[in-house]
Amino acid sequence: MSQQAVNGVPCRGKVLTVENMNPNVKRVEYAVRGPIVQRAVQIEKELREGVKKPFTEVIKANIGDAHAMGQKPITFFRQVLALCSYPELLEDNKFPEDAKKRARRILGACGGHSIGAYSASQGIECIRQDVAGYIQRRDGGIPSNPDNIYLSTGASDAIVTILKLLVCGEGRERTGVMISIPQYPLYSAALADLGAVQINYYLDEDNCWSLNVAELRRALNDARQRCRPRVLCIINPGNPTGQVQSRQCIEDVIRFAKEENLFLMADEVYQDNVYADGCKFHSFKKVLFEMGEEYSSTVEMASFHSTSKCYMGECGFRGGYMEVLNMDPDVKAQLTKLVSVRLCPPVPGQALLDLVVNPPQPDEPSYASFMKERTAVLAALAEKARLTEEIFNTVPGITCNPVQGAMYTFPRIALPQKAIDKAKVCRYTPCSTRNLTPTRKRRRVCVSPAGGRRSSRHVLLYEAAGGGGNLLGARQRLRSEGRHLPLQVSLTGRFKYLTEAFTRLKENVWFSKVFRNTDLKKKNVCIYIQLQKKKGNKNPSLA
Amino acid sequence: MSVLQEISANVRNMKSMEYPVLARRTNQIQEELRKGVRKPYRDVIDVSWGDPHRAGVKPLSFVRQVLAACLYPKLMEGDRLMVDVRQRAQRLLKECAGGSIGSYSNTAGIPEIVQRVSEFITRRDGGVPCRRENIFISSGSQWALANILKVLVNSEASPRTGVLTPVPCHSTTILSLMALGAAAVPYHLTEERGWALEVEELQRALDSAKGVCSPVALYVINPGNPAGYVQNRKSMQEVIRFAAEKRLFLLADEVYQDCVYGKTEFVSYKRALAEMGPPLSETVELASFHTASKGLMGECGLRAGYVELVNLDPAVMKHINSLFSTNSCAPVLGQIALDVMTNPPQPGDPSYPLYMKETQHIRTSLAENVRRVEEVVNSLPGFSCQPVEGGAFAFPTVFLPPKAIERAKEVGMKPDTFYCLRLLEEAGLLFSPGTEYGQKEGTYHIRFCIMIPLDVMEELLRRLSGFHKRFMKEFS
Repeated sequence: MSQQAVNGVPCRGKVLTVENMNPNVKRVEYAVRGPIVQRAVQIEKELREGVKKPFTEVIKANIGDAHAMGQKPITFFRQVLALCSYPELLEDNKFPEDAKKRARRILGACGGHSIGAYSASQGIECIRQDVAGYIQRRDGGIPSNPDNIYLSTGASDAIVTILKLLVCGEGRERTGVMISIPQYPLYSAALADLGAVQINYYLDEDNCWSLNVAELRRALNDARQRCRPRVLCIINPGNPTGQVQSRQCIEDVIRFAKEENLFLMADEVYQDNVYADGCKFHSFKKVLFEMGEEYSSTVEMASFHSTSKCYMGECGFRGGYMEVLNMDPDVKAQLTKLVSVRLCPPVPGQALLDLVVNPPQPDEPSYASFMKERTAVLAALAEKARLTEEIFNTVPGITCNPVQGAMYTFPRIALPQKAIDKAKVCRYTPCSTRNLTPTRKRRRVCVSPAGGRRSSRHVLLYEAAGGGGNLLGARQRLRSEGRHLPLQVSLTGRFKYLTEAFTRLKENVWFSKVFRNTDLKKKNVCIYIQLQKKKGNKNPSLA
Repeated sequence: MSVLQEISANVRNMKSMEYPVLARRTNQIQEELRKGVRKPYRDVIDVSWGDPHRAGVKPLSFVRQVLAACLYPKLMEGDRLMVDVRQRAQRLLKECAGGSIGSYSNTAGIPEIVQRVSEFITRRDGGVPCRRENIFISSGSQWALANILKVLVNSEASPRTGVLTPVPCHSTTILSLMALGAAAVPYHLTEERGWALEVEELQRALDSAKGVCSPVALYVINPGNPAGYVQNRKSMQEVIRFAAEKRLFLLADEVYQDCVYGKTEFVSYKRALAEMGPPLSETVELASFHTASKGLMGECGLRAGYVELVNLDPAVMKHINSLFSTNSCAPVLGQIALDVMTNPPQPGDPSYPLYMKETQHIRTSLAENVRRVEEVVNSLPGFSCQPVEGGAFAFPTVFLPPKAIERAKEVGMKPDTFYCLRLLEEAGLLFSPGTEYGQKEGTYHIRFCIMIPLDVMEELLRRLSGFHKRFMKEFS
């Protein structure tokens, strides 16, 4: 962008341009806050300005932000933090004693008794001790050394710090970092920023997003030609997939990491978010130690946790930590040096973390209400996980794996070719912007068992014009597979057709509930029908 | 065989600081004191960081009340808190997603807070317009600086990217540069002239970079850290012209803008630039940094800072936005502190009298501290202290006797670190050696924070005087 000389002073182009800026930064994309979110913000602006749309608000379900969606904070935590912020409140008798006790302890560990003082870069010492204590209790007594704990500005900060430390080498010796596909885009962004080589290993969608060591091996061997693989990142419970790794799987991964001499990064920020029956959170550290000294004294690992998720949902505090294991002491000294550049993590986040690892105990006054709130939050999340999977699986073209844990659902959407083509023209990747829009020519009838938690298979039918007979056929088929009423049917298509099909339905089966949903373009109508016996069964699913 | 024998060369090359040695010894001494070991002092006075609260300065009531109300809205029931506190907290909570400070905010910060920060900047700069799209709130100003440096520094380039940095300069910025694989190109401030920044020296520094690295930016700290200067307009205009001529990106670290004690008023680089008019005002690319960690609030632990970007290429701004977005957002409590800092209680507000009382007290103490420091330190033989016009520190020169320098060499320490360690051991004062910040070869300095309570300052000066006389005698 050159400009004309004014007053004899030549005005050349910008000093900092897209051409001469750091090329790595150009590659950084963070979808969670990317172009779609920007468009959402624009749409919200338009709504405020009175532009008419088929909806009155944008529901921002793109980010794991529980409070933004109405989840309430844990009272006890907020009480202690208020006391820490304004210690005059310690005189107030409206605060319970256990809250005051913790506030006093935290303030005592702060410079000048203020949360406004810098802390040590690694984090306030007594809080690191409490974190170590928590880890030890969580892992059935396996010792945790406070010196190995680094408090951080959210788990993301710690993750990026470790990557900064590890990524080195040039050309074909450049560090390769293995990350799951699908992944949480912080990893790809950080790797792009650092100029590291991203090595993708694919989770198995057909098997509930499970992790396969054979796939890890494939990815690693492929990558060896173009980089030096040194790091393996696992997110457990998974983001965005929600899968909770089995103990066996974790053992296999650890074995693999040891064989291939990889540094393990275990992102465990969703460790309290486990919903599915039969699933349990196993910390990588615990499994490592239970595999015996051969592993526990050699495998180098960092585990990450945060105050942003689980039942706390306190994203805005930017609290988190990592525990490093078996790190070379010289390297650890470098890590300590590196974290000092950030000065220190936010002290309120450190204080909050202290409360998370040191919650009210059964003999304390706040215990009952704390447990009530915690249980309610986790139960609500579990219910939403179940409901989401169920509802999505009733929609034609959407298949949804069970949400075993974490805070997301990641259904698969079958995009019609036309949508994909249109997306290419609009320069979006197909799945990023287009919702399923049934084609005008096809009408779909989708029949699936209602209420089942693992209704992973459903019958998708293409209903010819004027049809209705297929519906019965579908029902018979499902029945023969052992699936009986109640059934859910969703019909999408032109209104005229639906009226027809509906009439035929009425003739053939009983139904109890009808939902109607009009999509944005008002061309296609979606009817969800619940079919069940006339008397008796109350289907608890769709409300 | 450890996986991690090989780590990032940039991280390895980051210089080690002197601070850990002193910090470790401080922890030991504090432990000994707790156990009842007798020492010539009853506590360690830690003035090694620009951390007012650590030294005993009290937080401002208004901001803490607002924070408490935002954290635990139930506090707003009844009249426990003043009306303006409640109103502020309620407005802030409405501006948070889901009405909770626990939710993420937009990348650059809560939009209404960013808007108010931009209005503050305009007021501060006598009406120079400020676009809110150019502001990013971050977890401390150094975080924002690191992000901007990241965009400027091409770690794969050969020769390396260079950034002109002052000598002396606080170490965090230098470490950030090293972590990115950039080269710091030092330009010396002229101590005898009150740490003045001279353009000839900038030119010399730039010339020295030829063939060594490729300078892209000029980093200035105003008011200074560790040296306590405040630049005058003329000097700033020279810097701006230099940056424009040599095509350097201007990084203005202005976090101490509220800490000004001398005759020179603080003028922001943005204002100075705007006053120079086009074409410079429309072309010089500038990043200006501020924080809630310093000034009267001193809320270092909350981690709240911001950067204002001026005249940047819009395409580059998009990438900067992406980069900031990977940090999610700045801590919300910190954003609230920034909001209060840029919009404090006004005359007529119920909280105004107390706010005025508290801030006046801090201002008066600081002015008195500065006066006392200059008085006492300059009266001690072997010390020479330039006027502390602004900033959070005194940075006197110590004329170490040759014997002391030798002793330091014998124990493998830098002479000023040796002095500081002895000062810690014998007087319970934790200062910071000039080595940490860079200094002219053969000169030695010590840095200590002056944003401390009056009585602590008196105690500090008493102990320092006693120790210094003894030390000088011992090594004479």
